[in-house]
Amino acid sequence: MDYQNILTTCTYCGCGCNFFLEVLDGKLVGTIPCKTSPVNEGKLCIKGWNVHQFVQSENRLTHPMIRKNGVLEKVSWDEAFDYTASRLSEIKAEKGSDAIGFLTSAKVTNEENYLLQKFARAGVGTNNIDHCARL
Amino acid sequence: MIDMVKEKIEALFKEKKIAGFLGLREQNGQVAPHLFMEGQALEGMCLGDRKIAGDARYPLNKILVTLARQYPEETFGILARGCDERGLYGLFRLNQLDPDKVIAVGIACPGDLALACECKKPFPEALVAGEKIQAGDSIKAGRETLAAMDTLDLDKRFSFWKNQFSKCVKCYGCRDICPMCFCRECSLECEDLVSKGDLPVDIPVFHLTRAMHMADRCVDCGLCDEACPADIPLRLLYKKTAQIMDIEFGFTSGINKDERSPLSMMGPAPKKVAK
Repeated sequence: MDYQNILTTCTYCGCGCNFFLEVLDGKLVGTIPCKTSPVNEGKLCIKGWNVHQFVQSENRLTHPMIRKNGVLEKVSWDEAFDYTASRLSEIKAEKGSDAIGFLTSAKVTNEENYLLQKFARAGVGTNNIDHCARL
Repeated sequence: MIDMVKEKIEALFKEKKIAGFLGLREQNGQVAPHLFMEGQALEGMCLGDRKIAGDARYPLNKILVTLARQYPEETFGILARGCDERGLYGLFRLNQLDPDKVIAVGIACPGDLALACECKKPFPEALVAGEKIQAGDSIKAGRETLAAMDTLDLDKRFSFWKNQFSKCVKCYGCRDICPMCFCRECSLECEDLVSKGDLPVDIPVFHLTRAMHMADRCVDCGLCDEACPADIPLRLLYKKTAQIMDIEFGFTSGINKDERSPLSMMGPAPKKVAK
């Protein structure tokens, strides 16, 4: 029997609400808002309350995939990177940098978000970058 | 006070009476629910009093239901204030916990907390530490709060609640934090009653459906009030339904260990109890 509450920060938006993820025998079973956190004082929104659900969701992607002849196929990371890089280069050469846009996420770290905007602006040469948590 | 609690828990482990003790612990600078296991030091254990008494309470009973579903043969110890014990009695009655598999280690709440909570019984029967404060003043405060609301005429009262409900962001936090909410299927997710993914919330169906379901369950612990990001006075609403249950049936959820709810009895209504 192993029951633990792991303190963490919500990944859904930039508010930074704190909660505990309830772990029972290695599986996430619930979310409990942190009462003593000065950020959310024991309160959460509906997304925060259900955050434990997406982690173990069967719909979650666990491999890179490329659509080939209309069907999504599992591919290696090497193949996925090669394909992405060559298509981005082709599009940039043919239509210009502003034909490309990037959408990043609140579910990654600040540093990863920084890297993507750097890649968009310095690497590709476009300001087309936005974020799923632009609320 | 905490030393007496720790002593009791250590004795329970020593006598092999419990598989684990569900309590609270200071962890990473925060107060967190924690399952203490045998052989593990009770270091960091706390009672949920941070800046003021009882300001870091958690739905331990709800966690206990989760544990008991997974480990039905095991007996657990649990930290219980008066409200928590009322919750345990309610969960015994509703067959969500087996009274033979739960050992409450009770602490009494101080007078100021009892008054702020308008508590019906600020100490558990299974009292291990703390002093029993009689509930006279806090019960009176609760009655006065309800009486003040009742002085408003129906139109004003309805518009008061409509305004309160319109603040709802439909986080379902009141249900998710509630130790007495354990249904696997919830009416608040039934699309015939409540529209899915829409705001504003269905007024007054959403909140009154929950209030109806709380009528013979709510033990007035106040965790819903504390979890509501919109500051809707949910506790006041459920206090009113509880008052109706008391006046009509002489029933108060969680006050007696072997209680039965009038809402789950067949046959004629039980006799009103003179107050």
